Amino acid sequence: MRSFKQIVTDFGWPRIIIFLFLVLLFLMPPFAKVTGIERLAGVASISIPASFSDVFNRFGQNAVFVLALVPMIQSGCGLNFGLSLGILSGLLGATLSMQFNLHGAAGFFGGLVLASPFAVLFGGAYGMLLNKVKGEEMTIAMYVGFASVFFMSIMWLLLPYTHPDMVWGFAGKGLRTTISVENYWIHILNNFLAIPGGDVTLSPMGVKTYEFLFPTGELLFVALTAFLMWLFMRTKTGTAMTAVGSNPDYARAGGISVDKMRLVSVIISTFLGAAGILVYEQSFGFIQLYTAPLAMPFSAIAAILIGGASVNKASMVNVLIGTFLFQGLLTMAPSVINSTINSDLSEVVRIIVSQGIIIYALTRKTKVTK
Amino acid sequence: MGQETPLLSLQNISKDFYGTVVLQDVSFDVKPGEIIGLVGENGAGKTTLMRILFGMPVIRETGGFKGKICIDGQEVSFTSPFDALDAGIGMSHQEFSLIPGFTTTENIVLNRESMKNSPLNDVFGDRMSILDRMDMRKRAEGSIVKLGVKLDPDMLVSEMPVGHKQFTEIAREINREKTRLLVLDEPTAVLTETEAEVLIRALRQLAAQGISIIFISHRLHEIIEVADRVVVLRDGVIVKDTPTEGVTVRDIASWMVGRHVATERVDEAHRYFEEIILSVKHLWVDQPGETVRDVSFQVHKGEIFGIGGLAGQGKLGIPNGIMGLFPGGGEVLLHGKPAPLNDPRTALQMGMAFVSEDRRGVGLLLDETLEWNIAFTAMQIQNKYLKNFGIFKIRDESAMKKLTEEYMDILHIKCTGPKQQAKELSGGNQQKICLAKAFAIRPDVLFVSEPTRGIDIGAKKLVLDALHKYNRDFGMTIVMVSSELEELRAICDRIAIVDEGRIAGTLPPTAELAEFGLLMAGERSAKSEEALSA
Repeated sequence: MRSFKQIVTDFGWPRIIIFLFLVLLFLMPPFAKVTGIERLAGVASISIPASFSDVFNRFGQNAVFVLALVPMIQSGCGLNFGLSLGILSGLLGATLSMQFNLHGAAGFFGGLVLASPFAVLFGGAYGMLLNKVKGEEMTIAMYVGFASVFFMSIMWLLLPYTHPDMVWGFAGKGLRTTISVENYWIHILNNFLAIPGGDVTLSPMGVKTYEFLFPTGELLFVALTAFLMWLFMRTKTGTAMTAVGSNPDYARAGGISVDKMRLVSVIISTFLGAAGILVYEQSFGFIQLYTAPLAMPFSAIAAILIGGASVNKASMVNVLIGTFLFQGLLTMAPSVINSTINSDLSEVVRIIVSQGIIIYALTRKTKVTK
Repeated sequence: MGQETPLLSLQNISKDFYGTVVLQDVSFDVKPGEIIGLVGENGAGKTTLMRILFGMPVIRETGGFKGKICIDGQEVSFTSPFDALDAGIGMSHQEFSLIPGFTTTENIVLNRESMKNSPLNDVFGDRMSILDRMDMRKRAEGSIVKLGVKLDPDMLVSEMPVGHKQFTEIAREINREKTRLLVLDEPTAVLTETEAEVLIRALRQLAAQGISIIFISHRLHEIIEVADRVVVLRDGVIVKDTPTEGVTVRDIASWMVGRHVATERVDEAHRYFEEIILSVKHLWVDQPGETVRDVSFQVHKGEIFGIGGLAGQGKLGIPNGIMGLFPGGGEVLLHGKPAPLNDPRTALQMGMAFVSEDRRGVGLLLDETLEWNIAFTAMQIQNKYLKNFGIFKIRDESAMKKLTEEYMDILHIKCTGPKQQAKELSGGNQQKICLAKAFAIRPDVLFVSEPTRGIDIGAKKLVLDALHKYNRDFGMTIVMVSSELEELRAICDRIAIVDEGRIAGTLPPTAELAEFGLLMAGERSAKSEEALSA
């Protein structure tokens, strides 16, 4: 029998503290008074079912990004600060899918298929670069991420997209900063077998919105991806990858090509980044271009670190717990704080919370034995 | 010289590191102007003795030492190397401690520079003094003259040949006015023959000026040439302390290697082998610190072939090069088929395995379970321990567990279970895990490098027994590289001694100890293999 203390140590104090804090946030709303005038002014009161719905939804939106970090952590490439490359591949896939006028499931999965070659190409080049800068991966990765986002900002204007739903209305060329996927594949995963609940509001257009909506399809997709990753880590290649991350010299002495394993891990990570942005967009409802992907890797990294992963080791449990805690915190903290201090600071609070967690997690990272 | 007080007197020095005795009752005296040649195999305790003499912090951190050190008949106790310097003891290390971007002069007078006052002194104190370069140069030249060698005082250390760097180091030590005893650790190791001769002349000149010298070297003929007295350390005990007159290189060699008590050969009839399984021709390997220059040898099927030699001579480079872990060239034939170098995977696939001397660095996945550590290579190379699901294969955890339990049993690995992490085991048990990893792929030829380094005597015996057992029971050919000659003599069928990246000679384990000693010290050229087999 494992003692209670052992279980606590295994789970980790940081996670327990954050979990308790999250519970506290859920308990607070009834006490955060919202007066009538403020309600009119647009400061909404917090409904518990809606909050839960939000947390689940955001969990699904972001879990694939977090999952995308796992292969590179395992292969010793560190935290993928250059996840933006994968996101850019996904954006290319999404815009191409729309350009080809693909709707519904075909639009979503078509986007995924169209994104794949870019993910392999970008991931391959990125991986080769990282193989040349062993030991400095994370710093280099961050700059690769930034540089590619800005390069693509130019490309979004220059690429010959013509679909009227995407290009600037006046010029007829160049992609808009935000493109709605409403008529294409919005909520294609979220609404699959979704479980509604709570109050129903009927909009003037006759569209029903539920106070609580459990995004079954989205979570199933996440579960499937996580399972495939779990399975992959148990294959021969996955085992070799973990060994490379654990001790590259051991792996090399065991006949493993260290560079090849690292390259494979970077490509998988980039591909999952592409899949992640598609999942995110179908739930969010918009394709966001230009500088939008800049900060996305950071929240994924914060989540996996909260989940208890180190720079060299990450498991599915780290991913799922971490995403839940981080997104839960990010959903609840701003709205509770806003309604408590009666102002709208949500974006500022969000940034403080997420960056603060990255700092915390990086200082607490577990050292590898050498 | 009459009955004068010795300059330095070591009395009954003993030292152990956590129960392992490295020095026992070591006593000897150094008279003024005397040159002592200190010799011994790697691990005989020379370095520890010098560390004690210098009051290195590591000695105190590991529990201090027993015995007395007297200088001029007064007992001293140094708490740091600075105390030793103040007492007039200087040391030149095997690795140079010079600043490459500074000139000879600057290095010689480093931290003892001559100063001139400057106006800033009044405000900021002595730290603002100006260097008196003229005087510094004069002092440096003084030391160089005292040493009796030719050195350019203005040359940058980075542009010097190694020999000059060595002289600069010694000049720095004698530049201290008080220096009366100089400890030179392997000063000639990096020098050419002629440079070494110049150095030896310089040392004689210093001794004539009354400076005592402790000269540590593996080159025995230099010891005989330069030293007044030779002190031989073996396993932490002084086995010989005698004037050099009349002593031959051969004598020192046999005192040095001696006979250890721990490992005794289980004697059996001389074994004969027919088939050649591994043949290595003109191998070179670029492993830092263990460069292999030109090595050729042949190993018979079913044999245990030993490779010995002193540290840094290149014996470790041989298996590392053949297994492709360090860049190399030459020809390696396994079963008559060429085995590519610089390609660990193919080497493993062809049926060779390697237990690295770098247990924690190369041998183990410290953060993973024992199951992983043992099964990994077999899984990656031979597709063992995988469950097949058609399009993909996943790890067969239960087979890995079974394998690990099997080896835990055979090799008596002490652990809490197959799921324990490798880093939690003791050195000896970690070594057994490394062996198990190699055994698990059932190689035709197994290379083991320093299999007993850093493990206790009980574990040593188990490891050697395991190698012996696998050789006898499964006919596994073993190439064993070790610094411990006795260990090689205990289980090998033939032993090659490597010196300066080349094989100096191959001897049967029953050969005289002096023969091994001579080969190790590079005092004799290679004896051909044909002569041996005849």
